[in-house]
Amino acid sequence: MVPPVGTSVPRVDGVAKVTGRAMYLDDLEAEGAWHGATVRSQVAHGTLEGFDLDPAFDWSQVTVVTSADIWGKNVITLIEEDQPALAPIGGRVMHKDEALALVAAPTRALAFAAARAVKPRIAPLPPVFDVEAALTGVPLLYGTDNVFKQFLIRKGHASDAELEAAFAGAAQVIDGTYVTSPQEQMYIETQAMMASWHQGRCHIVGSMQCPYYVHKAMKPLLACDADGVVITQSVTGGGFGGKEEYPSMLAAHVALLAHKAGRKVKMVYDRDEDIAATTKRHPCRTTHRLAVDARGELCAIDVDVVMDGGAYLTLSPVVLSRGVLHAAGPYRCPVVRVRGRVVATNHPPHGAFRGFGAPQTTFAYERQMQKLALLRGEDALALRKRLALRSGDTTATGQLLGFSVGTDEVIAAIEGCAGTPPVPVGVNAQGAPVRRGRGVCFYFHGAGFTGSGEQRLAGRAAVAAIGGRFEVRSSSSDIGQGSSTMFTQIAAAALGVSPDDVTVVDPSTSQVPDSGPTVASRTCMVVGGLVERAARTVRGKLEAWAAEQAIAGSLVEVARAYAAVMRTELVETIGYEPPPGIEWNDATYTGSAYPVYGWAACLVDVEVDLDSYEVAITRCVQAVDVGKAINPAIVRGQIEGGTLQALGWAVLENVVYKEGKVWNANMTNCIVPTFADAPDLETILIEVPYPFGPSGAKGVGEIPMDGPAAAVANAVEDALGCAFDTLPISPESIAAARSRWEAS
Amino acid sequence: MRLALEVNGEPRTVEVSPWKRLLDVLREDLRLTGTKEGCGEGECGACTVVLDGEAVNSCLVAIGQCEARKITTVEGLANGEVLHAVQRALVACGGAQCGICTPGIAVCAAHVVDRGLLAGCDADTARARVRTLLAGNICRCTGYQLIVDAVIAAAREVAPA
Repeated sequence: MVPPVGTSVPRVDGVAKVTGRAMYLDDLEAEGAWHGATVRSQVAHGTLEGFDLDPAFDWSQVTVVTSADIWGKNVITLIEEDQPALAPIGGRVMHKDEALALVAAPTRALAFAAARAVKPRIAPLPPVFDVEAALTGVPLLYGTDNVFKQFLIRKGHASDAELEAAFAGAAQVIDGTYVTSPQEQMYIETQAMMASWHQGRCHIVGSMQCPYYVHKAMKPLLACDADGVVITQSVTGGGFGGKEEYPSMLAAHVALLAHKAGRKVKMVYDRDEDIAATTKRHPCRTTHRLAVDARGELCAIDVDVVMDGGAYLTLSPVVLSRGVLHAAGPYRCPVVRVRGRVVATNHPPHGAFRGFGAPQTTFAYERQMQKLALLRGEDALALRKRLALRSGDTTATGQLLGFSVGTDEVIAAIEGCAGTPPVPVGVNAQGAPVRRGRGVCFYFHGAGFTGSGEQRLAGRAAVAAIGGRFEVRSSSSDIGQGSSTMFTQIAAAALGVSPDDVTVVDPSTSQVPDSGPTVASRTCMVVGGLVERAARTVRGKLEAWAAEQAIAGSLVEVARAYAAVMRTELVETIGYEPPPGIEWNDATYTGSAYPVYGWAACLVDVEVDLDSYEVAITRCVQAVDVGKAINPAIVRGQIEGGTLQALGWAVLENVVYKEGKVWNANMTNCIVPTFADAPDLETILIEVPYPFGPSGAKGVGEIPMDGPAAAVANAVEDALGCAFDTLPISPESIAAARSRWEAS
Repeated sequence: MRLALEVNGEPRTVEVSPWKRLLDVLREDLRLTGTKEGCGEGECGACTVVLDGEAVNSCLVAIGQCEARKITTVEGLANGEVLHAVQRALVACGGAQCGICTPGIAVCAAHVVDRGLLAGCDADTARARVRTLLAGNICRCTGYQLIVDAVIAAAREVAPA
């Protein structure tokens, strides 16, 4: 038998997906279901006074829901209870495209027409869109100062004066300010959800990453206990973080509509609505100061991170946390200060997107390292190799690194395949003059929840023997990343059976334990670890039982015998236990920020067209330390998909706000890379095992998003001879910088 | 209005407004839900079908334009349980992740392979041609690399180089 782990077995859902048989929410049988639509604010800040229903419209076949219909608590419960399911009548509207009211009707067209016929009355208040302006506290949107959350990390110094002394003693200091744009997840399946009520119990099915987040949010809203609402994930057409928190909003809306309409209601967002209303990557400004001593060693780093959180808190504190924890980079430095703030504005809320704060701060520190290499006249990769963290070093939070530090391996992999840099000047296939350049970068990504997060979550997963089959039960959702296939492989390896004997059940809160959310590069490493332990326990129990009963045969045969004799399934539910040596202090932000890190290095070659100012990425190689590739093809797919999202963010993706509204809310103008934009992606998998992950695996989902944008910027600087510190590096930005690069 | 058309080799009749999108007729009237809607404006290609030998975005085609025409959707690619070479290669190479763009990509890639549009190309030219021919199909999961691999593999299988 082929060993199940380490083999690119075909995805368990592959055939269903290539034949079109996989049933996404909008494909499910929904006989008699009404369609929901949302009435949204066109005012960024104001007081909702009420609604007028267009008297010319035929309302006989329409259900209308406003905040007055909510019998429970009008809130989307997540970290803080500041975001309502529907803007409260008499209360504040906080952003454009905020949900104000809902309608449902027998057809989608009628529902959308009805939504247009509901006229909200909003008394406008002064809005604030600029983060600096919001920091003045006027107008006040949140708390006492519009700051949702702030963090301070100090290493190697006790006061600002000591920090300044470290900078004063430096041989060279590099200052930079880096601005990154909001980014749309652009999952190809838009947000979609359906609800129905049976005997007082609400059943919600839809496209989502985290069934138990939705479950948690529905209990107070619907004023029910844990059994009063069942959340089931349908086949999900991509998430990338965009279906982490927002599905709770959609679930609330379909649940309220279905309740009032007395029938099943489904909502499938149009693309423009999805782009306009749902969360984006936080736009961010990172100010970075870097000091080196006479020997070229880093002696001090000072970073200030300011993110625009948008109108509600959502997941912003956690995004900021990951941003600041990565802000000093994977480099040795005795003195580090990182400050971070995430600020309330009247933009639609920003939220989770692959990388979760780290891509923003990685862009800043890897631009700084590039500038340091240029200043010192040192080879860019050699500089990183010289300064990088290794086992025995400590991070910005004082975490002593031990196992699974793949620094040398990933850098060596890039060195090994780098080859000759591109010829600096030439002509492209269209006959246009070009300048070419090369950039590299080196980065890390903490796998799993931050600090004590995994202990707090206490995720659980189960493996059951049912007759001659085995079943994995977890709330980790397969959103395309391949977790069901990997869980199948992990369980099969631990059980010593074929992957064909293992099934992963579709997540439903009535069927699976809460394994925690499908986020944070934790699914394979943390939940996969639970699956591995549960499977081992099941195997041990079956083997012990077989010995007792004097039954010989394979585990499948034993399981079949067990079922025949015991007439029940054998199920083992395993809870999370932290690896030894994990100490985290949330008050001082010191200690083990993450149980382990992924490590990666990237090389990018670019060609800048001097007629069109377009940046073509002609080569992109990424070496990533993943601990262990459970399924190399799936791991490659994750890395390459994340890499292209990063390359897109670097040169062509952008969400443009105008007076608080997404101005390019369609796929024609809010562009993402196509087949023709993407270079061939070279991926090198490095395996430096994590002793507490399944077969040594650690997180891989997010790290490919972190670094490539900086590598592109470094390559463009190499090509044009001037710095680009704001994303995206669009033709417009290259045109605007023309005087700088023509002079170089 | 009553329209007769041929879908996946079978004659079908529908009674619909001529303005209804082909995409909606396929999904709602014929319950062929393999064809997906990703944007509704012809940008993403998730709704790609082949209409009389031409790959089109079915969200941009009115059913009134389809009288007596032949349509192939993702449901028509396999021969019974025997998958099309492109479908097999997509599974084997890991070219499908979340899968929502996959039907459109499978239809377009099968069209490319079946019409021999990669025949006689060397490896680099074939890759570049796949990227051009599939540029109307957006995938957000894969970075395209494993899909390109799959289409090349399928083309080799159908017409060995």
